[in-house]
Amino acid sequence: MTEMSGADMVVQALVDLGVDTVFGYPGGAVLPIYDALYKHPTIQHILVRHEQAATHAAEGYARSTGKPGVVLVTSGPGATNAVTGITDALLDSIPMVVLTGQVSTALIGTDAFQECDTVGITRHCTKHNYLVMDPDRLGPIMHEAFHIATHGRPGPVVIDIPKNVQVATGQYVIPEKIAHKSYRPQVEPDADAIAAAVAMIAAAERPIFYTGGGVINAGPDASAALRQLVALTGAPVTSTLMGLGAFPSDDEKWLGMLGMHGTYEANMAMNRADLIIAVGARFDDRVTGRLDAFSPDSKKIHIDIDRSSINKIVPVDLAIVGDAGRALDAIIAGWQAAGHNGRDLGEWWRRVDGWRATRCLDFPEKKDASAEIMPQRAVKALFDATRGLDPIITTEVGQHQMWAAQHFGFAAPNRWLTSGGLGTMGYGFPASVGAQIAHPDRLVICIAGEASLQMNIQEMGTVSQYRLPVKIFILNNEWMGMVRQWQELTYESRYSNSYSDSLPDFVKLADAYGWTGLRIDNLGQLEDGIKKMIETPGPVIVDCRVAQLANCFPMIPSGAAHTEMLLQPSDVTGTMDDEAKALV
Amino acid sequence: MKIKTEAGERHVLAITVDNEAGVLAKITGLFTARGYNIESLTVADITADHALSRITIVTSGPPPIIDQIIAQLDRLVPVHKVIDLNDAGEAHVEREIALVKVAGTGDKRIEALRMADVFRAKVVDTTLTSFIFEITGTSDKVDRFIALMRECGLVEVGRTGVVAIARGSEAL
Repeated sequence: MTEMSGADMVVQALVDLGVDTVFGYPGGAVLPIYDALYKHPTIQHILVRHEQAATHAAEGYARSTGKPGVVLVTSGPGATNAVTGITDALLDSIPMVVLTGQVSTALIGTDAFQECDTVGITRHCTKHNYLVMDPDRLGPIMHEAFHIATHGRPGPVVIDIPKNVQVATGQYVIPEKIAHKSYRPQVEPDADAIAAAVAMIAAAERPIFYTGGGVINAGPDASAALRQLVALTGAPVTSTLMGLGAFPSDDEKWLGMLGMHGTYEANMAMNRADLIIAVGARFDDRVTGRLDAFSPDSKKIHIDIDRSSINKIVPVDLAIVGDAGRALDAIIAGWQAAGHNGRDLGEWWRRVDGWRATRCLDFPEKKDASAEIMPQRAVKALFDATRGLDPIITTEVGQHQMWAAQHFGFAAPNRWLTSGGLGTMGYGFPASVGAQIAHPDRLVICIAGEASLQMNIQEMGTVSQYRLPVKIFILNNEWMGMVRQWQELTYESRYSNSYSDSLPDFVKLADAYGWTGLRIDNLGQLEDGIKKMIETPGPVIVDCRVAQLANCFPMIPSGAAHTEMLLQPSDVTGTMDDEAKALV
Repeated sequence: MKIKTEAGERHVLAITVDNEAGVLAKITGLFTARGYNIESLTVADITADHALSRITIVTSGPPPIIDQIIAQLDRLVPVHKVIDLNDAGEAHVEREIALVKVAGTGDKRIEALRMADVFRAKVVDTTLTSFIFEITGTSDKVDRFIALMRECGLVEVGRTGVVAIARGSEAL
């Protein structure tokens, strides 16, 4: 126990918790903490240009390292600007601790300058939040907040600290052991459930693994366990958007992503399977398509650390509550102890290969050097050019995100950072900042759309300030492409406000910020352009002009089943009934 | 296009939570955010050191929704325990208190007093032209009493909402 100011306690707790980086933006109500951070020997503060970017950068840091991201912002607008990133972290289960300044306790509730009800506003977009009214509570709360953010299903925790609590002195206490009174997530899976799962997998004729972000969150060991279990059972694997990287994309058992823009083989296999083993995935509407037609003939095993995910959308036959890695390890142990060799799944694989033969990710393109670049080709070229460089890829949200998910392959977890649940345009670029801070020597590329990028483009200043070698690769089609695609599908191509008008000259913008700007106009320039981007030291923005009206296929239209995929633009009808229109 | 809603059965949930600022808002907010019903809600602290509160919520929904409500409540950090008292079948006791003000003179006044006696409602205040009755019982019983009082000059009702506890020697 040591007597110190609240602000010093915050910084001391960060040191004690092993925090090396804080993303933030100063303001009146956090000045005491900023003063305590001034020239701090071990904690690096990254000054962003907008608080939303601080939260996404923290997410990028967290997702690429497995450690919690830390954010420091002021009261009022500082806190409200952070709300989008906090919600994003909640939906994608990203561990994050957000420290917000608050007006002094005597002013709370008086509509003081830069006052907002931060705990009220963030109550339903955090895993937990605190308003600290007594400096003596700061130590225990800081430590508990990190525990809650990182244990069980990870998520964002907000600590709102009034300015007088930062200035006042108190006793800094480190709790000896964090055994929360009520929050004790189940980590170890139930042994009987594991035994039942082993028996179900051994008996299945048409099994499939459906894995999600939970496998990534459970750490690299969980990804390794998944690979081992897949090898033992011989079953095919598909994954959600958030789960990409847990299973290597060059493995023959990999079917690609499933769901709305997933592959034909993944969706058909889910539909025809007799056993689905869901691991750290939550049966999101983008995954299931029309619920009453979702995998009608399968038994379902659901492994999840959050009991509320089980039976939320799809009723399952066997629930295993626990850490994905521990559950997979236990199933492997059970499988080996029972001496299972794995059934002959030859017939199942023959059917899968039949679906694969549709080559659903193929796209029409012209091959001459002056041809316009198909966006899919641009992603494939980027993937080919970065093989062996082990890049970290972030994306914004929209068509480019789906093309990246379809055409960029990942061999390992923590290399694919994207906003899945909330679908936040403006996520990708600041996330790449966070990832680059955590991995200064790695190649970090943000695959962006020209529309999404502009939602947090001010972070170019942050990148310049910290001399980060971030690469932004814009698939520039001059449209909010996914909006336009839906307008074509649903509203007879009435393009209401989906054109990216008045775009900046991205090359000149790069110049203005001291970056390198490149422009790629046609297929002949693509490979060299990408090569130049990779070889250029420092930050680079690539304005890659792509076919303007290309759409993202395959696609399950809203309200349709896995078996009703649109494979070609010619499958698009242009109208939809009200029931389908009402689905997001 | 019409928006459909699903009917369900009534469940009584007993929840123990940390007695801290914002916990009730977190719980009621969960119900509104996820579209669950609250038919009644009571809350008071229940330990000598004021550390814990007990919340009784009467809700309704089809069985999968009730399961979801319990799982969603259970994962909130300040929630210690959630019990669905319906799981014990009829093996729980429910009570509600109502204060019922009836105004009138003559026969209606006498009739009100007579019916209050039948329902074992107590008179807790009286003037020459009014009574306040205190009635304790299940929500059904309170409903029936209030319905009868409507015929006898009912002017105001205050109800506590349901508190409930499982029968037998076990604690929550």
